[in-house]
Amino acid sequence: MNTISPAATQAAAIERPAASARPTGFVRDTATVFARESRPLVRDPFSVVFSLVQPLVFLGLFGPLLVGAAGGDVAATLQWFVPGILVMVALFGTASTGANLLFEMQTGSHERTLVAPLSRSALLVGRALKEVVPLVIQGTIVVLVAVPFGFRLDVPGLVVGLAVLAVFGIGFGALSYTLALACRNRDWMFWMVHQTLLFPLMILSGMLLPLEDGPDWMKVAAAVNPLSYLVAAERALLAGDLGSPAVIGGAIAAIATCAVGVFVGVRAMRRAS
Amino acid sequence: MTERTNQMITARGLTKTFRSKGQVVEAVRAVDLDVADGELVAFLGPNGAGKSTTLRMLTTLLAPTSGEATVAGCDIRHDPAGVRRRIGYVGQGSSGGHTQRVRDELHAQGAFYGLGRRETRARAAELIESLELGQVASRQVQSLSGGQKRRLDIALGLIHRPELLFLDEPSTGLDPHSRANLWEHIVDLRRSTGTTIFLTTHYLDEADQLAERVMVMDHGAVIADDTAWSLKESLAGDRVTLAFESETDAAAAAARIGGSVDGAVVTLTAPGGDRALPRWIRELADAGLDVVAATHRQPTLDDVFLALTGRSLREEAASPEPAATPEPAAA
Repeated sequence: MNTISPAATQAAAIERPAASARPTGFVRDTATVFARESRPLVRDPFSVVFSLVQPLVFLGLFGPLLVGAAGGDVAATLQWFVPGILVMVALFGTASTGANLLFEMQTGSHERTLVAPLSRSALLVGRALKEVVPLVIQGTIVVLVAVPFGFRLDVPGLVVGLAVLAVFGIGFGALSYTLALACRNRDWMFWMVHQTLLFPLMILSGMLLPLEDGPDWMKVAAAVNPLSYLVAAERALLAGDLGSPAVIGGAIAAIATCAVGVFVGVRAMRRAS
Repeated sequence: MTERTNQMITARGLTKTFRSKGQVVEAVRAVDLDVADGELVAFLGPNGAGKSTTLRMLTTLLAPTSGEATVAGCDIRHDPAGVRRRIGYVGQGSSGGHTQRVRDELHAQGAFYGLGRRETRARAAELIESLELGQVASRQVQSLSGGQKRRLDIALGLIHRPELLFLDEPSTGLDPHSRANLWEHIVDLRRSTGTTIFLTTHYLDEADQLAERVMVMDHGAVIADDTAWSLKESLAGDRVTLAFESETDAAAAAARIGGSVDGAVVTLTAPGGDRALPRWIRELADAGLDVVAATHRQPTLDDVFLALTGRSLREEAASPEPAATPEPAAA
């Protein structure tokens, strides 16, 4: 029942310009994905500041209460509290990025990136890398806000601290994307997991209140929570103690999160297509 | 310079089965396809027929359960990247990222396909103009109207000048004006560049007006494959109704020339009905049966579908079947 349309032979006579798609490698693909993800940020920088609301609320409202509970030394309390807030910025900032992917999957633009000859791994890694810039900007702003209140800033410590957080952020962002891919048909589940995991992770890391005075089971939980090592490392780094063993612990936690996150994420991205 | 393949799409035995809640659903059953370079083909069928699933297999979005296909000269299983480089795809959803700006998306898309910076910018500008997106080029995708989003989708699919463009239900959800506008662009594209176009639709008029070749799909199989004109001619025929003064007259008329009787109206379906009509009227007048009123209607693809399956495509569109194509688990 096949009829070759007469228009086909006519079409063959049309001078068609050469198709122009060229092969690209993983690195180039990662760069283009990163560029595309970052563009809304560049176009609308205000959004970076907007997501700072939560950490600043904690700093502004929880901080004074902590100061009161700790005995009134504002500078010392801040020195202890602010590094935890930085980890909070990294945690909450990167945990929600999966939601963007969820939305893209539902509307159809994710599918369009799958039809393009892009490396699947690049689709994940490029997105995860995009987390770094807002994270660093937000971390810097939080620290600068705390300085007038007595927080003592050690610049090399801050730089290393932000680098460690960036590595962690890439991994945690990748995990967020993995969750989004797993929840593509049930987006309520994404937020359920998000809510269920984030607050325990946060509290059991000693970010808000010290765990030393807590029950033993909490200390055990904190020992297996990579965030508690991160928090301890940030505290040491921001105080200028770059050689502290806590820094090693935090670096390992960040690198491990990054490795696990990217590995799981790339696998999920490949499988889902 | 890509080599011109004579056959743009060749598929043999393309099959897709889904496992959903313990049930096995055969979404696509051993489909064979041949589409030549430069054709404009429409895949017509009700919701759940397997059109989109077939399309997604051909565009390497979905791995077939069995069967082979070569698209634009590349095998979908062994060289999916080759296929992706050569085809354009306009999916059912909206391809543009919501918070991205129109021009930015086009630039990013060019980069995705490995086009150089300058070439991307030139191409983006060209497409913005030809698809009438000039007014919204600096706006965010989420602020665009449905018709504009669809035109952006087409621009995104064409940035790399593919030889073959797939469109999945391109005009669903658009108002009639945007639809007509979209068709104009598609036809124009075909005329000026000779791009092979393969689209799926459940709209009869779209398949009828746009396509040179229509493949009718139902329950996972291709049940007809011809030009719209030939399908209507060979399978359906024109619909003629003859109204009489009384039921007895109608019954007598039907006894003479055939057809079905409903009250005082006789309905016949015959090819060349426009020529048969005056002949019948004369014949019946000679026999003393006066035709009071007559109508003649050209067949539509709905009549074709009805003749093939016993169901009306229009009714299917009004009350869609429960999903015969469930979401695949991470496959």
